[in-house]
Amino acid sequence: MSFNIYDFTSFTKSIDEGLMAVMSPFWAVTIEMILIGVAILAFYAVVGLYLVYAERKICAFMQCRIGPNRVGPYGFFQTIADLIKLLLKELIPIKNADKLLFNIAPFIVIIASFMAIAAIPFAKGLHAMDFNIGVFYVMAVSSLGVIGVLIAGWSSNNKYSLIGAMRSGAQIVSYELSVGLSLITVVILAGTLQFSAIVEGQATGWFIFKGHIPAVIAFLVFLVASTAETNRGPFDLAEAESELTAGFHTEYSGIKFAFFFLAEYMNMFIVASIAATVFLGGWMPFHIGGWEAFNHIMDFIPPFIWYIGKTAFVIFLMMWFKWTFPRLRIDQLLTLEWKYLLPINLFNIILMAFIVLMGWHF
Amino acid sequence: MKSIINYLSEIFRGISALIKGMMVTGYYFVHPREIVTQQYPENRKKLVMFERFKGEVVMIHNENNEHRCTACGICEMNCPNGSIEIISRMVTTEDGKKKRELARHIYHLGMCTFCNLCVKSCPSNALKMDQAFEHAVFNRTKLTKVLNRPGSALMKGVDK
Repeated sequence: MSFNIYDFTSFTKSIDEGLMAVMSPFWAVTIEMILIGVAILAFYAVVGLYLVYAERKICAFMQCRIGPNRVGPYGFFQTIADLIKLLLKELIPIKNADKLLFNIAPFIVIIASFMAIAAIPFAKGLHAMDFNIGVFYVMAVSSLGVIGVLIAGWSSNNKYSLIGAMRSGAQIVSYELSVGLSLITVVILAGTLQFSAIVEGQATGWFIFKGHIPAVIAFLVFLVASTAETNRGPFDLAEAESELTAGFHTEYSGIKFAFFFLAEYMNMFIVASIAATVFLGGWMPFHIGGWEAFNHIMDFIPPFIWYIGKTAFVIFLMMWFKWTFPRLRIDQLLTLEWKYLLPINLFNIILMAFIVLMGWHF
Repeated sequence: MKSIINYLSEIFRGISALIKGMMVTGYYFVHPREIVTQQYPENRKKLVMFERFKGEVVMIHNENNEHRCTACGICEMNCPNGSIEIISRMVTTEDGKKKRELARHIYHLGMCTFCNLCVKSCPSNALKMDQAFEHAVFNRTKLTKVLNRPGSALMKGVDK
């Protein structure tokens, strides 16, 4: 294995040592945290903007339209123009709304997605926090966003918002189970909860190939459940436009609305990158155990490209779902989870445990 | 046992139905030729509207600047929005008869809903719907139009 060309470990270590040499550990850590924060913030903004653009283009092509095409070549700067518009818009204060909660809700939603992105490995060594319980941490943190959604719906003093928020709550409570159980299926195979170790474990083949049948089932269940968890179509009951105007963010305007919007897309990005990391090998190039020459050629593609490519693939699948399937009713949503996904998932875990015990995986 | 088979077949039927749907959208995604959007200001020169498209009411004139309107006022009565006003004048013909003639056929485009009732109800087929649709103006008064052209006369043979 030679990842030396694209290994960020020595780069980050040299920054750390350089800072430690010139100042006290407290200030060095503070500056490192600020650097990471700024880097993630910039990444967040760019990814959020271009996910919106990608969604609009993909949706347009699937519906035989052209999509944004006026601002810049192929409408490439459309979302930047939209962002400027949102920044300049008036923040409308709502009468009889709970002021504190109303203002705090968008920040809770966006902070939850920020916390999740910290644990995701972008490349070897390019990893803000490598927890030894990384999978558990991301699952815990990514479902915090629903508190913001509930608060937003409650404090807006609007029945549509409240109904939307309650639907979102019911949805997350049920689908969080499936997300967790499908990740646990792979954790059984990997034998660790640490993201860096999970990625290293896929150096001889991605888990979706190594774990064959149960891994593929777990991947499909994860895709469905995580689409539901991010409140995206066909599970977008929380903001069903035709029924609830816009659901929990009906009363929000300007930059606060933009926060909800951005958080929705970033949650999709986070979920897709977890799927890419856990099932498709994260930044690990496509390796086949034993084929040294082939593996070596694959190593020349930088791991960051692999990571972004796999994440983009999963995001494309989720967008494909959204623009193909009609929205589920709330009873259909709960039936799908409790009568189908959960039993399949539990059976799948037993199957995976059995396969790992017998050593039938690759 | 039967219920288990039903459960599993339901899952597979569901999945195959979803895949069928995704094939349709996937086909459109990879076939940009299927795009039906027309990019309007660019294709202005060769833009062809549908035959049934109703843009505005015009009065039919022939090459001798003659129209078929007898100023009977039926279109004015039939217009649900009151967007047609007919101003007529009395003239005396050569043989000494008094006769009503169209002075101005006033059409308020800003009030028109393009319902086509005036065209349908005209007994002498004097009106028709045109396909022009670029009606934007800077002043509301410009939307009030006189449909009969200046100096036009009643066509021979069209009479009450």
